Amino acid sequence: MKWKLDDSRPIWPQLKEQLIIAIVAGEYKMGGAFPTVRELAESAGVNRNTMQRALSELEHDGFVITNRTVGRVVTTDEGLVAKMKESIAKQTIEKFIREMEAIGYSEDDVVKMIKKRGEEDK
Amino acid sequence: MKTGTLIECFDVSKAFGSKLALNRVNLSVGRGKVIGLLGPNGSGKTTFIKLINGLIRPTKGEILIDGRKPGVYTKLIISYLPDRPYFADWMTVKDVLSMFSEFYQDFDRNKAENMCAAMNIQPEDRIKTMSKGTREKVQLVLVMSRKAQLYLLDEPIAGVDPAARDYILTTIINNYNEDGTVIISTHLISDIERILDEVIFIKDGKMVRHESVDEIKEKEGKSIDDVFKDTFRMEPFMGVNRNDR
Repeated sequence: MKWKLDDSRPIWPQLKEQLIIAIVAGEYKMGGAFPTVRELAESAGVNRNTMQRALSELEHDGFVITNRTVGRVVTTDEGLVAKMKESIAKQTIEKFIREMEAIGYSEDDVVKMIKKRGEEDK
Repeated sequence: MKTGTLIECFDVSKAFGSKLALNRVNLSVGRGKVIGLLGPNGSGKTTFIKLINGLIRPTKGEILIDGRKPGVYTKLIISYLPDRPYFADWMTVKDVLSMFSEFYQDFDRNKAENMCAAMNIQPEDRIKTMSKGTREKVQLVLVMSRKAQLYLLDEPIAGVDPAARDYILTTIINNYNEDGTVIISTHLISDIERILDEVIFIKDGKMVRHESVDEIKEKEGKSIDDVFKDTFRMEPFMGVNRNDR
């Protein structure tokens, strides 16, 4: 998995966000095995305490589950993942609209432009 | 697993002649952390590390490691990487491995051999023929192959290229004993800030800051590198302004 970390913010929330995106995107399959703290820390180039904190939060929010026999697995709760997917989509749209507004387009303009772009692509 | 404070310093000062290298340091360090000891050249980093390690004694104050004064016991639980090479030139990798096995009960020779093999370093290779970077890697492998309670790494990445730096940092975070604490002294902050839990800033022999990295970033919204630059900024000498004379 590819990581993109910003040193001006605490690292563990960024790890958490990016792991959630990977789960939502299906990079880690629902019900499938999740990598170990050690593997993830190594790939992100952070220490294990930091990765452990991100994983504890993921566990707390229900995205991963630690199972005594098979280790850590991705949730099978489709509702939870779908809800998160929707929330990420909403945030992405919000951010995009704020940026368009900042350069002088109204929300209506933006909708028209997206529609027009869709038609040109056909 | 042990609990409680690992290092305690009570009002520790160290003078060399009339020069005060460390000035009334009070410090408490826990277990299971990766800590950056950050300060410019000459700020007292090496002096501090040597005091913890028992190589020099404080002029005033008291130091306790795992509840004991630096001595025979603390040397058993501290794995130390000095800021300069200390192996004799004539030694081979095999010689230094044997030396470590003999000295330290917590040394995992197998682990060290495997790490050397992974870097393509042969047991028969002589220290003398190695590049500076390779020599530093070998020393680090030895130090990190001990199951110590405290790793004191004095400038582990100072003299090597960026690729070797990455290798060294990865080796550190993947190999330390997780109940132990790692203290890394450096002035190369941006290279290491991602692996740190806590930082200690040292300035002119004083500990000016000891805080968790997350807290600092949360409060200041800046990288440790930027916070460091703000803390240690010096006015550059712009030449003598003739009008001021």
